[in-house]
Amino acid sequence: MSRRELIQGNEACARGALKAGVRFVAGYPITPSTDVVEFLAQELPKVGGRFIQMEDEIASMGAILGASVMGVKAMTVTSGPGFDLMQENIAFGAMAQLPCVVVNVQRSGPSTGGATLPGQGDLIQAKYGTSGDSPRIVLYPNSVEEIYRITVKAFNYAEQYMTPVILLMDEIIGHMREDVDLEAIDVGEIVERRRTDIPPSEYRPYEADETGIPILMPFGSGYRYVVQGMHHDIYGMPNTSPQNVQATIYQINSKIDRHKEKIWLWEENQTEDADILLVAVGCVSRSALEVVGQARKKGIKVGLFRPITIWPFPEEPLARALARVKTVIVPEMNWGQLIHIVKEVKPDSVTAVPINKYDGTLIMPEEILKVVEEVK
Amino acid sequence: MSWKDYIKQQMFPLFTCSGCTHGTVTNAFARVADELKLDKNKTVIVCAIGCAGRIPTFLDFPVLRVTHGRALAFATGIKLSRPDVKVIALMGDGDALAIGGNHFIHAARRNIDMTAIVSRNEIYGMTGGQYAPTTPAGARATTAPYGMLEPAFDTCKVAEAAGATYVARSDAYHVQHLQRTLKAALQHKGFAVVEVLTSCPTQFGRRNNLADPAKMLERIKEMTVTKAQAEKMTPEELAGKFVIGEFVNTSRPELTEIYAQAFAGMGV
Repeated sequence: MSRRELIQGNEACARGALKAGVRFVAGYPITPSTDVVEFLAQELPKVGGRFIQMEDEIASMGAILGASVMGVKAMTVTSGPGFDLMQENIAFGAMAQLPCVVVNVQRSGPSTGGATLPGQGDLIQAKYGTSGDSPRIVLYPNSVEEIYRITVKAFNYAEQYMTPVILLMDEIIGHMREDVDLEAIDVGEIVERRRTDIPPSEYRPYEADETGIPILMPFGSGYRYVVQGMHHDIYGMPNTSPQNVQATIYQINSKIDRHKEKIWLWEENQTEDADILLVAVGCVSRSALEVVGQARKKGIKVGLFRPITIWPFPEEPLARALARVKTVIVPEMNWGQLIHIVKEVKPDSVTAVPINKYDGTLIMPEEILKVVEEVK
Repeated sequence: MSWKDYIKQQMFPLFTCSGCTHGTVTNAFARVADELKLDKNKTVIVCAIGCAGRIPTFLDFPVLRVTHGRALAFATGIKLSRPDVKVIALMGDGDALAIGGNHFIHAARRNIDMTAIVSRNEIYGMTGGQYAPTTPAGARATTAPYGMLEPAFDTCKVAEAAGATYVARSDAYHVQHLQRTLKAALQHKGFAVVEVLTSCPTQFGRRNNLADPAKMLERIKEMTVTKAQAEKMTPEELAGKFVIGEFVNTSRPELTEIYAQAFAGMGV
């Protein structure tokens, strides 16, 4: 029996987190993300989980990493200005290799910007918002059903690769309602953190095995070691020798690079014979998909490449799709962020055309179609 | 087991300067840990940045050493997700009260069960002698070349006003008193704060005619008075003095217990 419901994107995110096994959530109210923590404040106690509203986003991010070091699946939820504040502890999570999920329901920025207005201004910040070089897995779904599945995926990636995962949404997909049966969605395997039976006396927490990923045993389980953001050795003790620093930074970054093909998620629509490729994410990709159909009715061969994994960016799949086209159009609700990655990937023979809208409203299909007709 | 089993001596020497009394606090803590037979596998130490924030990495516990000022924020996540684990935060005064001030007052307000030990050396030592929110008025620091222009925090009053249910002050000179105080704090149920007056001859002393470690300890001895002594002193006599002893030792519902009660029968 189908149990279809009209569900908001933000609620699908909260329910996806529960499906993935989240048991600790800390947050600070910020529009347009707050529905997610409101839902979890209601539901977490029913599954033995805990929610706390912290004094700010810095503390929220710290609290979830505190839960993570205890082996608990943890998440926080925010929007642009709060995401800014979370950066220092996101870097800590990346450096100390603590899994967690950080949801950013993007709004129009910079700064306070427009609390209820959608934006896509945090694509670059999601990867490069912190000091130093650290890895980041960033995912960006575009429908209620996909938000549910990708939220589970975010937890899976976090626990598997031992790193914070950023789940980007935007005000439109967060507040959009769609008719779905969440129970019927196959989310696949639920990944749990790896454990070891090496005795504590022989345990070296930050010594990565053949996967390149360390196994961090939860605190309180008999393994005593140091977890810190300072350069550290395989025991977690401070160590700033050049050899050690080089090896540590290589390890935390390369563990994502070497598995990137397993992390890449993307969707292609009619790219096989396209002359013009649209590259779009989140809410804008829904307008872009509409344009593919409209343009083809007019005899213009348009295709859509939609990255779901934003970082590590699915460069090779995009390169394959770009090899066949003359023009790539990148509509995005910011001053131009996604287009930089597209330009890095595209051959010189392909012309990249930006469509940037930063007025706090969605890029509509007709705005994209107009550009398609101009460049065809 | 002895107190030495709570310290990773194989990792010695410490990085601290000669004459620094953060080591005294660490020593006192290890002795009390041994007296109380703290379970090393069911206790988590949280610390952050600065000299006082780095020393705890030498303690033989699971140690989470976090971003500057955020020890209590991380500690809150640890305690709420695993209430059976004992949580102890070891911090410096700049760490706990300047950059971490917001987390300090809210942890106290929540009365979450953990012990916060704040070493007050009145200076930023690791970064080279800048003024802290605890630097005494008039004292010199690299960023207060004309003397400290701001008033200092009274850590214990801040903790009390914010709602901590155990608040005490001790110091690195009166080590027996320090051990008794740490012991009481570690046995307290709820948010317990101990401020420990410590000395930094290198960064505070050198700029304030106190470069001699012994002189700095003398200074702690001279500026501390017991609660009994303080009661007989005039406000003028108390100026510049620090009262040592217990200021708050009360009981009110603790956060993780409130959660457990509120959700009893709801989950697993």
